[in-house]
Amino acid sequence: MLELRDINKRFAGATVLRDISLTVAEGSTTVLIGPSGCGKSTLIRIVNGLILADSGTVGFMGQEVDRSTAPALRRRMGYVIQEGGLFPHLTAHGNVVLMARHLGWPSERISRRVDELVELTRFPGDGLKRYPAQLSGGQRQRVALMRALMLDPELLLLDEPLGALDPLIRYELQMDLRNVFQSLQKTVVMVTHDLAEAAHFADQVVLLRDGGIEQQGGMRTLLEAPVTPFVERFVNAQRSLLSGIG
Amino acid sequence: MRGAAKIFLMMLAVGGQMAHGDSVVVGAKKFTESVILAEMAAQVMRKEGLPAEVRELGGTRTLWQALKRGDIDLYPEYTGTLLQEMFAGVPQAAGSLAGLQPLLAAQGIRVSMPLGFDNRYALGMLEARAAGLGIAEVSDLLAHPGLRYGFSNEFMDRADGWPGLRRHYGLAPKRVTGLDHDLAYRGLAAGTIDVIDTYATDAEIQHYQVRVLRDDRRYFPSYEAVFVYRSDLASRAPAVLRGLERLVGKIATADMMAMNARVKLQGVEEQRVAADFLAERLALQAEVRERTVASRLWQHTQEHLFLVAISLSSAILVAVPLGILAARRARFGHGILAAVGVVQTIPSLALLVFMIPLLGIGAGPAIVALFLYSLLPIVRNTYTGLRGITPAVKESAEALGMTPGAQLRLVELPMALPAILAGVKTSAVINVGTATLGALIGAGGYGQPILTGIRLDDTGLILMGAVPAAGLALLAQGLFELLERWLVPRGLRHGRDAVR
Repeated sequence: MLELRDINKRFAGATVLRDISLTVAEGSTTVLIGPSGCGKSTLIRIVNGLILADSGTVGFMGQEVDRSTAPALRRRMGYVIQEGGLFPHLTAHGNVVLMARHLGWPSERISRRVDELVELTRFPGDGLKRYPAQLSGGQRQRVALMRALMLDPELLLLDEPLGALDPLIRYELQMDLRNVFQSLQKTVVMVTHDLAEAAHFADQVVLLRDGGIEQQGGMRTLLEAPVTPFVERFVNAQRSLLSGIG
Repeated sequence: MRGAAKIFLMMLAVGGQMAHGDSVVVGAKKFTESVILAEMAAQVMRKEGLPAEVRELGGTRTLWQALKRGDIDLYPEYTGTLLQEMFAGVPQAAGSLAGLQPLLAAQGIRVSMPLGFDNRYALGMLEARAAGLGIAEVSDLLAHPGLRYGFSNEFMDRADGWPGLRRHYGLAPKRVTGLDHDLAYRGLAAGTIDVIDTYATDAEIQHYQVRVLRDDRRYFPSYEAVFVYRSDLASRAPAVLRGLERLVGKIATADMMAMNARVKLQGVEEQRVAADFLAERLALQAEVRERTVASRLWQHTQEHLFLVAISLSSAILVAVPLGILAARRARFGHGILAAVGVVQTIPSLALLVFMIPLLGIGAGPAIVALFLYSLLPIVRNTYTGLRGITPAVKESAEALGMTPGAQLRLVELPMALPAILAGVKTSAVINVGTATLGALIGAGGYGQPILTGIRLDDTGLILMGAVPAAGLALLAQGLFELLERWLVPRGLRHGRDAVR
């Protein structure tokens, strides 16, 4: 369903991504993980064409993502970023339905879809008429998720969607998100730097380092059979923190 | 964009037509004598069966340009001004009216025979002070270098004014100050200055009992009053020339001084004074259309609103797209902001005068000048408003699959709206104020009573323009604040209404 082939990207002379090839199977959740600056956020933006690769191709549902096809294909890829990026001039409801209205959906279809999403994301219904500034951080991310799911996209792209939340709300949302993914059977690509979060969601983990793929595969493989000393160090650094407490 | 430009040009054409219909347009400089003479000419024309109107404009250059372009058909002028100012450096003019005729004819302009009086410069002192010092002619001043001189700024600068006079007589006074001509007489009466420049027909000469010093070494050139008119009038409206004929040689210096005094010192309207003169001396019963304060105020309001509405709405139509363009294309954007910024640095008076050779006089050029002035605040605020949107929001809009146009319409412009409206509000307030200067180039509006009030030293008249202009500025501000409340989404409001 998603096929990246030999992606290369340089910014101002510095290599950000090199020779990335990656296949994402339909209905699976792939987590991009790695230290800051490894290129994981750039990579997820290359998938929906917000950033165009210098070389290499992105194939999505049999179509190539490029400058001309990107706007239409993006409507089939939901996208959520760390701070939500909600439109402050619109209410939560306005944010969620903006694109559907723009595309001319009939209003009963819109309201039916909003009802589904409110239930799915466990968003308090009376919050819909509030503006983003009136919502809590967790509520804002739920709105961002509803907005991303509104057009019922085949693929969901999430760039550290829970990164800015405090631990309790973060935990709650992690649970809810996994339920959403499972009940919708969506294909998901998610960026995080948190190994536990990756373990929680991932069917496939892709560990990036300095713009290249260091190791990819199941979480268990990563933990038990690291292919390079870097992978071992990355995995152990986060594991030892946890075990230090116990 | 093209539609907006078309509407703008149409408006200009309408404005231009307002300035000039089928009637004969008599220009007048912004001082009493010129207005009386122009009124007189207009009334004589009407007697000849021609619709005629008077347009008060700024100074000599403005009228000259307007005459050459055909925005006005004739105006009262002085031979001295033509020879000493307009054609000073032209040897063929040979310093005489006869020498000047062919030069004027080449520009399609002719000069009437002199009207009778000679409004040349002279020096004046209070009668009592001059008698006390035994001063009767300019040469007598040489013996009193301690006298304080106060000259009008124009006289100080003109080649045929103070610089030449000083050389011609060898005068070397200790103190010479420049000041407004109307204030000079008051300074004289108050005793703060001793010698001033006067015009021969100044109303104040009698009023303040001023002794006019004899020009014993024959320095001051003559300033005979004439009408200058477009040559094509001879074929287009021959009755105009017949009308002018009737005024030739009829107005003596004392007549003119008395008429100036009636307007300036007794507050009689120029058209009434002109009509009385025609009735007494030429047995011409001209009708005077005296108008109520309310009807004049209404007319000024309409003119002012016309200037503001058209210039501001075209500025919005042009400036918002320019601001968008500036925000989208960084390098181009700097160019646009720099260009509209430069326009803003041109003094408004200068900008209005620059317009005359290009667009003539009247509402058209005033609207263009006001339009240019209104651009910067709107362009800058549109630019700032759009640039202030966080990358996360822009990225989200793009990631939803919106085309660039939809991003602009659905997200970026609504978010920049508070800034854009604030820019429009600033422009509106500046525009209303600056539009008062439009009267200098014949665009009318609230500037008209202000300028006439300054000329006649009539505070009431000045307030009749200044108070409504200030009121309109406040009204514009209030209206845009209402518009803000109505248009700006609650999620973007700050302060009292801010969401919590």
